[in-house]
Amino acid sequence: MIVSVASGKGGTGKTLVATSLALSLRDNYKVQLLDCDVEEPNANILLHLDMNQSQPVYIPIPKVDETKCTYCGKCAEVCAYNAIAVLKNKVLVFPELCHGCGACSYLCPESAITEEGRKVGIVERGDSGHLELIQGKLNVGEAMAPPVIREVKKYIDPANIVIIDVPPGTSCPVIEAVKGSDFCLLVTESTPFGLNDLSLAVEVVRKLSISCGVVINRVGVGGEEVERYCHQEGIPILLKIPLDRKIALLYSKGIPLVEGIPRWREEFLRLFQDIKDIIAASWVAK
Amino acid sequence: MKEIVVLSGKGGTGKTSIVASFASLAQSKVLADCDVDAADLHLLLKPKVKEEKEFWSGRVAFIDEEKCTECGLCQELCRFGAIKDFEVDPLSCEGCGFCYQVCPVDAIATKDSMSGHSFISETKYGYLCHARLGIAQENSGKLVALVRQNAKLIVERENLDYIITDGPPGIGCPVISSLSGASLALLVTEPTLSGMHDLERVIGVCRHFGVPVLVCVNKYDLNEENTYRIESYCGSEGIEVAARISFDNVITEAIVRGLPVVEYSNSKVTQQIKELWQIISAKLEK
Repeated sequence: MIVSVASGKGGTGKTLVATSLALSLRDNYKVQLLDCDVEEPNANILLHLDMNQSQPVYIPIPKVDETKCTYCGKCAEVCAYNAIAVLKNKVLVFPELCHGCGACSYLCPESAITEEGRKVGIVERGDSGHLELIQGKLNVGEAMAPPVIREVKKYIDPANIVIIDVPPGTSCPVIEAVKGSDFCLLVTESTPFGLNDLSLAVEVVRKLSISCGVVINRVGVGGEEVERYCHQEGIPILLKIPLDRKIALLYSKGIPLVEGIPRWREEFLRLFQDIKDIIAASWVAK
Repeated sequence: MKEIVVLSGKGGTGKTSIVASFASLAQSKVLADCDVDAADLHLLLKPKVKEEKEFWSGRVAFIDEEKCTECGLCQELCRFGAIKDFEVDPLSCEGCGFCYQVCPVDAIATKDSMSGHSFISETKYGYLCHARLGIAQENSGKLVALVRQNAKLIVERENLDYIITDGPPGIGCPVISSLSGASLALLVTEPTLSGMHDLERVIGVCRHFGVPVLVCVNKYDLNEENTYRIESYCGSEGIEVAARISFDNVITEAIVRGLPVVEYSNSKVTQQIKELWQIISAKLEK
């Protein structure tokens, strides 16, 4: 079972929810937490696992053998990203623009192009008992997160409870992280920013045909609009976390909510039961 | 003309509240919202849209099932797993066109995809350039570049002094696109272990692209020990921490009222943001 934790807006508490859920479940299940926010992975700041395995992520980029190249220009013509340019007697490759699609090497009439790996990030793994954390890290200065996210998701074992910490936003890294989930938990806050970005996130999960539920964080300041929106749209509100300086302080120190205030464990176990019920009901409906 | 981009690495640290306040404090400027996949600045600045343009970018493959012989070559070669059962999943397609190039019976075409809208608006604070990336679209970096280009044209046409840009979270493609060539990056962080971790990575990106940085610690009194750590880290890196902003619900209350916080309250926070703007404008005049 795969549950992703997304938000649209950044800083609403995705990582707090994902780590608390993982820690609450690990006594009863084998849990994999995937930190797919590879631009800014933070889950292990709360989990403190020893990430003792590490594997580089490469994008295949073209390498031109100029002894074979006739400068015909086919590679540049087929490259949709302008990552390769052919001059009169020189081929220029722009590695940061290359998506690694492989078209140039396959289509070169002289077989003058091979591929070499360009390192864009790493995937790290660590575990403790029944909890396994896999986190991706995009190299600083690199633009493309999806190849790193794809590598993180290769570790998914569907026999486990898989929790995915999704990056903020609504564009390609979010899609890459969320797709394939059985359920998406959307974490928001009760402000106009939270509502605006929640409604965008709802559009994303609907486009992917994934059922969703909402967690409202920092309840207390702000208005009722988020709740009204959820009722209108028929989206269940599964958990509310109050605005509480103590919770913010625990987070600031890297202490998971369910360890700092253990009674929250019950809340997250109930949240998980609700998610299971919703998934089961949607299977029956199908 | 000087361009200030406000970034943070971690989402939800207060970028938009600070940019909206600068909008109210600064003279002679254009505002730009480069968080194109979850834009919120318009909720505080209340723009009247004057110009709206469709943003066409990228391509998506389509298979003509009448012509397709189901040979499977495209599926085998697609590196993005975007073709299944002889159908293209537009959400996974990266528009490389490899399938179109290799199809032996010319059954595949690529079409331009409309990936969003860009806007030029008027607000009571001056022009706002913003955009909305379509749900689940790619090319957020290109849309960011378009927003910046719109802002530059206005600044030159109206002979203004500043572009003030609200940046996206993270360190990937839209951040790089918001940042390159800017005069100064203001990095808004918070005294949490996640905020600190993400600050280090975004400093790395700014350095990679040669953009000078200033740091501001929001909610500094949530955890003063961490604030001190941020300041000593920045000190050792030769980076100026230009402001400490108090942890105060007035920032959220101002969002709920739809106002820049400096117009909503006369609290300490307002004073701190005013001083921050003075430091920035003095720095840019040098």
